[in-house]
Amino acid sequence: MKILVPVKRVVDYNVKVRVKPDNSGVDIANVKMSMNPFCEIAVEEAVRLKEKGVATEIVAVSAGVAQCQETLRNAMAIGADRGILIETDVELQPLAVAKLLKAVVDKEQPKLVVLGKQAIDDDANQTGQMLAALLGWGQATFASKVEVAGDTATVTREVDGGLETVSLKLPAIITTDLRLNEPRYATLPNIMKAKKKQLDNVKPADLGVDVTPRLTTLKVEEPPKRQGGVKVADVAALIDKLKNEAKVI
Amino acid sequence: MANLVIAEHDHGSLKAATLNVISAAAAIGGDVHVLVAGHNANAAAAAAAQVAGVSKVLLADGPAHAHLLSENAAAQVVAVAAGYSHILAPATAYGKSVAPRVAALLDKAQISDIIKVIDGDTFVRPIYAGNAYATVKSADSVKIITVRGTAFAAAASGGSAAVENVAAVADSGVAGFVSAEITKSERPELTAAKIIVSGGRGLGSGEKYREVLTPLADKLNAAMGASRAAVDAGFVPNDYQVGQTGKIVAPELYVAVGISGAIQHLAGMKDSKVIVAINKDPDAPIFSVADFGLVADLFEAVPELTSKL
Repeated sequence: MKILVPVKRVVDYNVKVRVKPDNSGVDIANVKMSMNPFCEIAVEEAVRLKEKGVATEIVAVSAGVAQCQETLRNAMAIGADRGILIETDVELQPLAVAKLLKAVVDKEQPKLVVLGKQAIDDDANQTGQMLAALLGWGQATFASKVEVAGDTATVTREVDGGLETVSLKLPAIITTDLRLNEPRYATLPNIMKAKKKQLDNVKPADLGVDVTPRLTTLKVEEPPKRQGGVKVADVAALIDKLKNEAKVI
Repeated sequence: MANLVIAEHDHGSLKAATLNVISAAAAIGGDVHVLVAGHNANAAAAAAAQVAGVSKVLLADGPAHAHLLSENAAAQVVAVAAGYSHILAPATAYGKSVAPRVAALLDKAQISDIIKVIDGDTFVRPIYAGNAYATVKSADSVKIITVRGTAFAAAASGGSAAVENVAAVADSGVAGFVSAEITKSERPELTAAKIIVSGGRGLGSGEKYREVLTPLADKLNAAMGASRAAVDAGFVPNDYQVGQTGKIVAPELYVAVGISGAIQHLAGMKDSKVIVAINKDPDAPIFSVADFGLVADLFEAVPELTSKL
């Protein structure tokens, strides 16, 4: 069975982003870009399913600027078999990405699409669910455990207050949470091998998808800074502050 | 103009987050209707009818909603969506699973995790783990929105809306419920607690986490939380996690013990009214947001604090 893994290129999670002085956005010029951590977990899960003999081929797909091919090479170094870049300079929003991915799914016919639950730049948490709805497929969001047997995926999800297990009829969508797995490091030989793997390039127009943004960002601001308070000398002073100054206990 | 709130509930009662969403819907303006999609959920619908500001409750009662599966919930919302300008859900595991499906089925954009309503088209939402706030304007005729509960006050009781039954959708057939393991606790729920005692990697182990923090939490009648580092180290289950990748909380008092204060953690708790940090490292970033910081060995300071309270 074939697994499709969409991956997103984002500002590296170690970078502290800065808001531009003109409030038009965050400054991402000259900052390190990496694969979204949740997408990395999705690639790793697909590779593990292949190692278990459940999957036969893993196709990584990314939508965005030309540099997204680096993200695809990274996915192939972890173990994806080939990549598809949907290249555009237009700002892509989740609904547009879901439509692009639907067009790729229609063509590639995977049995499973594994995505990160959210990207750490726009924090939208939408694309997987939107793709599932467009395809009329079942979904398991926030997965912490995945088992595939025959035509069924049994997925444990991290929900508020605990865990929930659902069974999905394949084909289906899974979105990954942090504790699903720990992605492996790409080794140098695998990075070299990834450079030779097939990478196709398509445009949104080739897929017949209108990617015009629906949301306009009017401004981006720094969140209000919380003022650090005082340091207290000892436990007695802390209790005094909480009782008499803050009056919270 | 009317707004539809997708209620999160357990069939018998409303989840607290629903009340915050009702307030966000009221801030947009226009009538506020609440959809309860459940099974034998008359009590939840009755509870929704008693919330101030709600003018109508739609009850879709059927076996397809017994386990609140997103596929069926989204189909239900779409079935009743005509005429609504805004469809809102809580930014909880439930709301986040359902709302994007609704948006895609209606071919509308979703605005996730809003923290402020500017007007009917324009909303503020955090991006980059709360390191920036974006003001976004939607060009769509219908807005699908998830609401960050801690950013809006809970709607009060005192309403007397009519409950209208609507036909429940059939099961999608593509997904099924298997089981749930919900952590049972005598403590208040993290996202609704007035006081939270939270522990980090500084506690060293799961045993120490419980040994040091439980008596303090008991004394304060507090919920217990943890940093991602403590969760990753296996001290406590993931549903304890406070932070951008865990729960967003805003209690009256947040006591951070042995937590260094990674950005990811601060994003989940910095809206707390009063923050106390206890850490032996005087340079820990947690002190930059704490109202009261105590530089001390937590293994001595916390038991002392517990005994003196």
